[in-house]
Amino acid sequence: MRIDLEKISKRFGDFHALNDISLNIPSGGLTALLGPSGSGKTTLLRVIAGLESPDSGRILFDGEDTTSSHVSERRVGFVFQHYALFRHMTVIENVAFGLRVRPRKDRPSKKEILERVNDLLHLLQLENFSDRYPAQLSGGQRQRVALARALAVEPQVMLLDEPFGALDAKIRLELRRWLRRLHDKINLTSIFVTHDQEEALEVADIVVITNEGRIEQVGTPEQVYESPANPFVMDFLGHVNLFRGRVHSGLAYLEGIELPAPEHHAAEDVPAVGYVRPHDLVLERKATGSGSIRATVERTQIVGSVVRVSLTINGNHEIIEAELSRDLFQKLALEKGERVYVRPRNVRVFADDDIQA
Amino acid sequence: MLSGLRKQSILPGLVPTLGYTVFYLSLIVLIPLSALVFKTAGMTLDGFINTVTAPRVMASYKVTFGAAFVAALINAVFGSLTAWVLVRYSFPGKKIIDALVDLPFALPTAVVGITLATVYSSNGWVGSYLDSFGIKIAYSPAGIVVAMVVIGMPFVIRTLQPVIEEIEKETEECAACLGANRLQTFQLVIFPMLLPSILTGFALAFARGVGEYGSVIFIAGNMPMVSEITSLLIVTKLEQYDYSGATAIALVMLIVSFVLLLAINLLQRWSRRYAEG
Repeated sequence: MRIDLEKISKRFGDFHALNDISLNIPSGGLTALLGPSGSGKTTLLRVIAGLESPDSGRILFDGEDTTSSHVSERRVGFVFQHYALFRHMTVIENVAFGLRVRPRKDRPSKKEILERVNDLLHLLQLENFSDRYPAQLSGGQRQRVALARALAVEPQVMLLDEPFGALDAKIRLELRRWLRRLHDKINLTSIFVTHDQEEALEVADIVVITNEGRIEQVGTPEQVYESPANPFVMDFLGHVNLFRGRVHSGLAYLEGIELPAPEHHAAEDVPAVGYVRPHDLVLERKATGSGSIRATVERTQIVGSVVRVSLTINGNHEIIEAELSRDLFQKLALEKGERVYVRPRNVRVFADDDIQA
Repeated sequence: MLSGLRKQSILPGLVPTLGYTVFYLSLIVLIPLSALVFKTAGMTLDGFINTVTAPRVMASYKVTFGAAFVAALINAVFGSLTAWVLVRYSFPGKKIIDALVDLPFALPTAVVGITLATVYSSNGWVGSYLDSFGIKIAYSPAGIVVAMVVIGMPFVIRTLQPVIEEIEKETEECAACLGANRLQTFQLVIFPMLLPSILTGFALAFARGVGEYGSVIFIAGNMPMVSEITSLLIVTKLEQYDYSGATAIALVMLIVSFVLLLAINLLQRWSRRYAEG
């Protein structure tokens, strides 16, 4: 189901949780709402669910205005961060809840309810736990029960609030891949909230980046990662190194190197900052033309499959970080205190007025 | 046995704390209670049975346990409501009302009894009004229930408040998302979660009611066979220097109370069977 948000605003006292947000969520996709805490992403999710009503703006489900309809009429599946399982009910009773509370005329027979619940327990690999109470389950199992319970009512849209937030790192990784496969199997329009950029980039079809109650960028994981709309997105999606300098008619001058910056062709000697990801810094023993900056190795650190090299550019105490493969690191044989040449690739240049915006 | 316990325990001080607990319980509970049994043991079995099953005594059991049960039931319902309102809503004067709840704990029970008797007697503020409908509260078993409701109320409220506070907003929101209406959310989600604590509050209020003396005797009228509570009967026996008769009745009361409380505790445990990991 397609969801359209039109100019949604929501305030809590003086705090603008959502500031004039408009967003279209396509049918059948898995969308991530990504942002730092307090950016309004959970409020946005709750507004879509109907758990929070916006101060102004409209919400359309498949073109139909649902702004004022009650949460129980919207047919949304909501998975809460801490699952909110009914702790006095067994797994099977939890999952059946949504069907059992239907008005008599819409309620399936006992046999049908049991069948559907058993199908869901099978789908979510919970068959063996059907008679347990939530207190007797692990975090990952509780999470799946919450999903099964939400799916039982055949929602038009699935909303998940930090679905993996309360799990440990390894289970998080397993569960998010599993969620992606589940989504591909049932093809239900789904939106999930996360503050973990890796999670959003790995799992989602569309990533919506929020900040201070506004949307910074909407796009596929590739789009937001490769072409961030602004420094905030760039910074939020992973570690970045900053190179300060100026732009002038389509050229950027940063730390003594010259780079093309065609998007700033009209700029006239404006202060600017170049943003470079650690894996886009090439380290070389010898300078190659005017694109290299001389630097000193401060520290090297092996982190799993990559090596992180901390450097200082001469005359500057700011540390920059480069990431390279272990092979390349061994070939270069870098030692602490040695001279090295840094050649930045894929530099995103933002003029200062972008940064303040 | 102690060394076995000591090995399994991570926390230090098991032996001194266990020792202290046993000593303390012995001093204030077990020794006085066993004295009760010893004193009663001086009677013959026939004498004992005759004393504790005398018609006037039997009637007093009925009045005491019956009134305590009804009062605890009333408290369970209205105490739960009050606790709900005190936790969930904010209104002017909430803090004051919250403090008022504890008043029955602090007031001398005789004061409660005298006050109630005055207000509910046929020429009191409330009593005169009820009198015009032919309802008589003071100096009847209904008066006993009123007194027991007042002194038992804080137990239910104070037991439930923290439990209601603990119910996550999400649980209710989740029920709404799944299509449940307000009544269903209450019936199927909230009430079952509160039931164990309501039972605990009920048990405490009931126990308090059974043991109540001070407030009841002022409002009950104390008519033998009608509105005479067992505690009063025990005091009467003591005043007549019939010590073994008094302890015999006390012993029966003790056993009945213990069995009832045990039953309620088992029920309470059953109602929260889901919490066992």
